Amino acid sequence: MKTYLPPKFIVERDPERCIQCQVCVNQCAFDTHYYDAEDDEVRSRPDSCVGCHRCVLFCPTQALTIRRNPLDYRENYNWRPEVIEDIIKQAETGGVLLTGMGNDKGYRIYWDHLVLNASQVTNPSIDPLREPMELATYLGRKPDRVEIDRDYPGLKTELAPQVRIEVPVMFAAMSYGAVSINVHESLARAATEAGTLWNTGEGGLHPKLYEYGNNTIVQVASGRFGVHPKYLDVSRVVEIKIGQGAKPGIGGHLPGEKVSAEVSMTRMIPTGTDALSPAPQHDIYSIEDLAQLVYALKEATNYTKPISVKIAAVHNSAAIASGMVRAGADIIVLDGLRGATGAAPKIIRDNVGIPIEMALASVDTRLRQEGIRNQASVVISGGIRNSGDVAKAIALGADAVYIGTAALIALGCTLCQQCHTGKCAWGICTTDLALTKRLNPDIGARRLANLLRSWSLELKDILGGMGINALESLRGNRLHLRGVGLNETELEILGVRMAGS
Amino acid sequence: MKDLSKVNNPYGDDKVIDACSIFGMMDTAGRRFPGKDIVRAIANMHIRGNGLGGGFAVYGLYPQYADQYAFHIMYLSREGKSEVEAFIKQRFRLLHAEEVPTQPTPAIVNPPLVWRYFLEVEPQQCDGQSQDNYVVDRVMEVNTKIEDAFVFSSGKDMAVFKGVGYPEEIAEYFRLEQYEGYLWTAHGRFPTNTPGWWGGAHPFNILDWTVVHNGEISSYGINRRYLEQFGYHCAMHTDTEVIAYAIDLLMRRHSLPIEIVAKILAPSFWSAIERRPPAEQELLRTLRQVYGSLLLNGPFTIIIAHHGEMIGFTDRIRLRPLTVGVKGPVLYLSSEESAIRLVCPDLDRAWIPTGGEPIVGSLERPLVPQEVEVAGGGNIRC
Ligand code: SF4
Ligand code: SF4
Repeated sequence: MKTYLPPKFIVERDPERCIQCQVCVNQCAFDTHYYDAEDDEVRSRPDSCVGCHRCVLFCPTQALTIRRNPLDYRENYNWRPEVIEDIIKQAETGGVLLTGMGNDKGYRIYWDHLVLNASQVTNPSIDPLREPMELATYLGRKPDRVEIDRDYPGLKTELAPQVRIEVPVMFAAMSYGAVSINVHESLARAATEAGTLWNTGEGGLHPKLYEYGNNTIVQVASGRFGVHPKYLDVSRVVEIKIGQGAKPGIGGHLPGEKVSAEVSMTRMIPTGTDALSPAPQHDIYSIEDLAQLVYALKEATNYTKPISVKIAAVHNSAAIASGMVRAGADIIVLDGLRGATGAAPKIIRDNVGIPIEMALASVDTRLRQEGIRNQASVVISGGIRNSGDVAKAIALGADAVYIGTAALIALGCTLCQQCHTGKCAWGICTTDLALTKRLNPDIGARRLANLLRSWSLELKDILGGMGINALESLRGNRLHLRGVGLNETELEILGVRMAGS
Repeated sequence: MKDLSKVNNPYGDDKVIDACSIFGMMDTAGRRFPGKDIVRAIANMHIRGNGLGGGFAVYGLYPQYADQYAFHIMYLSREGKSEVEAFIKQRFRLLHAEEVPTQPTPAIVNPPLVWRYFLEVEPQQCDGQSQDNYVVDRVMEVNTKIEDAFVFSSGKDMAVFKGVGYPEEIAEYFRLEQYEGYLWTAHGRFPTNTPGWWGGAHPFNILDWTVVHNGEISSYGINRRYLEQFGYHCAMHTDTEVIAYAIDLLMRRHSLPIEIVAKILAPSFWSAIERRPPAEQELLRTLRQVYGSLLLNGPFTIIIAHHGEMIGFTDRIRLRPLTVGVKGPVLYLSSEESAIRLVCPDLDRAWIPTGGEPIVGSLERPLVPQEVEVAGGGNIRC
């Protein structure tokens, strides 16, 4: 069938600069560049270009430019190019459209409508270069009160397991198989260096990474891939995955081509078979079933590790979160509308779920109203872009955040949204050995640790500016936020006042 | 519903930003003394206030009614008074009521009416609840539900005198020279907006707890949200109110001693905690983990008092001043050393405590003269 899809990008090669070295031919995972031996010339077929910019960065003479194909259809606000092209694709394939990364639509990003406070005159700001500034955070269930004996120190209260992180930013769940082993290794090493946690995702943990177990959150998802006693034992936190922001209510599908020998060993499934995660956990059809799994994992780990439960942020997250806490979750994770994925039906990614800012605000408020906020730490994820977003999330009530997309960008990702194809030119979202070796874990770990370092320095500046020297004084402190350009209902849900008031 | 704008500052701000002078004076041997000295001391720090709030707390004030709850209530209207009095008669056994004596003072304009009531709680009235909890609930009820009325203080054998004016003017107005107590605290206020509301002055009180405070709490938002979980509603939206409730929660409801409370409100840094012996580490870490939301961040000095005890401390990096003076069994706490020296020129000792370190004066452990080594050898008794 002749495709009616126009090329998305224009590939330009400056003949003056091109030396016919064929680097671009090797670098492009989408076969856009090719070498014409007869004419001794490198050429391109722009229709397959996804705009990942790998060739641009690696061309030694900077001969390449990738530009958006203007596609000047007759203007139509309803029938935008993306809408038209999705229909064309479906008319040509008859299938569900798949995509990668997070929701890229124009839904309001509330972080951009919240501004932070600073001290002037009536209280001093604190200079983080000269004064201590504390970002350390303990995740886990806290009791309502502390009991002590008469004789100092005489602590009587015994806490549930707590996990200390030095910066309130952790790496979000990305499964081995969806991402490469080198990504896992980079994340694990960076988390260890920065004193935070990384998350295995639902595809198990490769034995060579057990040594980073103390900084590892292991996931137990509906497919139960790679879940075995050792996996639980080496971890620091066990996370039950109920849902994911990019595809609430939808399971996972790792195509057989990505199930290499190593992936098969880690996931405990035969090589080359599709790894299907059912949409629900088939042993959790209600809240009391969740409680059973939470306690089964607590038993299995001898009550030594916090148990986390992750859900996608949906309409009634607040009530669900309250149920999760009552079901024994020590950490609850909310993954918002912008949460990313290695592969999801595009229609789900773009239309299901709610903005994380709203989910976080309503969950924190609800748990406080019920007097159970201390019983679980709240972690959010989905679209956190910088330390400003982190500070705003903490002020709204989060204990910590997860970053996934931002971490991948640090590793080279340019958000070309081709993760589901397994051809990631940056060697991130692929198990093709030729591609995965593009990511050197030494360099990857360095880049990620640098990112965390930058953000923690910035967070200290933000705190110091407010005259606060411990993160716990910002946590849930919504008086340090003001809204800009928000209506009354939005402000009410966020629990934030308008700028100027 | 009560018009909260009359209770809150009229700007409805979430908190009042202020800077202040504070002074505390306690005879740890329990002897009662008149208010003359503390009025002079706080007046000496006149420029730290701006005449928009001053107040005093006195302990050991009403020996003749030592076992009754002494309610000092401020009224903005006759209706407020009759409504509160009806409420009191219904909810308490009233032993005595009178207007708090005042004298005309040029600087005090348009003062509200202030009355005091000596009350008892009948066992059947509190219905299983502890008497103290019963009283707290009734105070909250008056403050949030009854128009034009506000409870200044509600403890036994103590009271709070406060209002809009410089502290020395408030002292003159309420004729404090006629009272005696073994523990006095005082406050002169410098709010950066103008509430002009008598209830907003310090000290803040609940039962026999009082707090005077100099500073601004940058963690106010979360401190307040944390306390709301325990049923405390900050009607006045001031930092100090938050501190008063935090103390009530930690000391009365969670039965923690004041040294531990200081470690919650002004905790050591994580790095300092790690240098302590293991058992202490465990305690300090647990306190921060559980009560992190009560950490008072930002500059402050506070003096907390209740029967038998006076405690002063600053924030953990000491962004506001506190000086301690000792003379025999008498403990002085002040924003400025000069104010102490004014009323007691021959102090045994005076020093500046480190950030977050609580200074405690207690009837149970009266100050005793101690041998101090002096330079050049030899000991002196002081
Ligand atoms: S897909 Fe990427 S590497 Fe290939 S031509 Fe386009 S931008 Fe270059
Ligand atoms: S991970 Fe790879 S395929 Fe996915 S968006 Fe990033 S660069 Fe593209």
